[in-house]
Amino acid sequence: MTEYQEYLDFLYSALAAHNKKSLVLTEEISLVADIGLSSLEVMEFIEKIEDHFDISIPLNILPDVNTIGDLAKKVRELNL
Amino acid sequence: MLFDKFQSMASFQADLAERDIAPFGAVAEQILSATEGTVQGKNVILAGTNNYLGMSCDPRCIRAAQQAAEQWGTGTTGSRLANGSFAEHQALETEIADFYGVDHAIVFSTGYSATMGMCATLAGPGETILLDGDSHASIYSGVKQSGAEIIRFKHNNPEDLAKRMRRLGDRAGSALIIAEGIYSMLGDVAPLKEIAAVKREYGGYLLVDEAHSMGVLGQTGRGAAQAAGVEDDVDFSVGTFSKSLGSIGGFCVSHHPELEAIRYCISAYIFTASSSPSVVASTREALRIITAQPELRENLWNNAHQLYDGLKALGLGVGPSASPVVAVEMEDRSATIQGWQALLDAGVYVNLVVPPASPSTNFLLRNSVSAAHSSAQIDTIIAAYAGLIENGVISIDKKA
Ligand SMILES: Cc1ncc(COP(=O)(O)O)c(C=O)c1O
Repeated sequence: MTEYQEYLDFLYSALAAHNKKSLVLTEEISLVADIGLSSLEVMEFIEKIEDHFDISIPLNILPDVNTIGDLAKKVRELNL
Repeated sequence: MLFDKFQSMASFQADLAERDIAPFGAVAEQILSATEGTVQGKNVILAGTNNYLGMSCDPRCIRAAQQAAEQWGTGTTGSRLANGSFAEHQALETEIADFYGVDHAIVFSTGYSATMGMCATLAGPGETILLDGDSHASIYSGVKQSGAEIIRFKHNNPEDLAKRMRRLGDRAGSALIIAEGIYSMLGDVAPLKEIAAVKREYGGYLLVDEAHSMGVLGQTGRGAAQAAGVEDDVDFSVGTFSKSLGSIGGFCVSHHPELEAIRYCISAYIFTASSSPSVVASTREALRIITAQPELRENLWNNAHQLYDGLKALGLGVGPSASPVVAVEMEDRSATIQGWQALLDAGVYVNLVVPPASPSTNFLLRNSVSAAHSSAQIDTIIAAYAGLIENGVISIDKKA
């Protein structure tokens, strides 16, 4: 089973292309408020994660996802 | 503050007001025919409607509505489940089921409530819905209410759908797949043959929203599933009476007898008044006409090809193939607004489409043709675009 940290590491690397403000990425960083992802970028980013882990991320979880840490936890649950 | 979230819309409106442009509030001051009206005091060709077969002004439909109003009154004042089921509603249900060659039909007050109602009700908590990413707002609104797990597949991409069905494992068998026939903004047709093949491989149920394809595609006008030869794979067809039938209202038809039980579980069916008898009567007449006159569909497609070929020859950014909806891709919001007004000044009304109504981040001038357009009118529309290019409102090098 993949560890939480490995999910985080993947998210950090997948976010690099979108990190235009060059923030230091941590669990607490918000995808929209801090990194400034547009709704279209969120969908593209989600697709990257889906293909990497071969999962589908339901739209229902998105309202509960604010930070990179939130997303890592959700992806981990989905991939169990 | 409650109103903070409306600020960006308010500033967009202010931008339009400053330029004295009102593309969303464009008022038809008069309707002269299915293809002509008066907007901003000017006679214009209507090239931004969904009046695909010109039924909204057919004298036979108008007469049917008049007679029904006299016979039944102007409204039903109630739900189909209470006092709002008239013989007219039942007759329309029988006729729309016959049109689709199935035994079960529900008629709704609008297309939006038909699609939303079915999408909200069919799948529930613990079940999964897979929907095309570019689905209409009525579909999104329904699936959000459903309580089901919602998964998007890439627009018109059966491989992506198949991948996601595979990921569902055992749960794929009860999943609900949702696609449209023709997509309303770009006019592109869903690959229903391939989507049906995915359903056959993994199981599940298929709902197709034929809002823009009923009357437009298929040998007898049943829509995209008929055109693709996969009607047997479609579990639920939904659609609207507001486009090719020129009235208002929606429907769901199915070969599943369970539709009769589902009917009593749909809030958007139960808790709203049924259609006015006059609306139902004109819908019934329009359905009879489009069945008896398949040449209407032929005219529509001739016009579609003429407009598509004409705009393409000008070098405009249009979709990959001809369709009754021909969307011209524009550079940005400002150019789209300017182009929209310039077309109106040239006597052509089209639709201005900006995100989020458009797929992804497209800015579009959406044109749609009708069987009722004359070939000369289509030429006028093309000439108006040519004028925009000459005046530099649209520059071909940037977007083509
Ligand atoms: C795909 C789709 N579904 C449903 C609707 C709703 O239909 P109506 O406008 O008749 O309520 C529309 C059109 O607006 C549509 O494009």
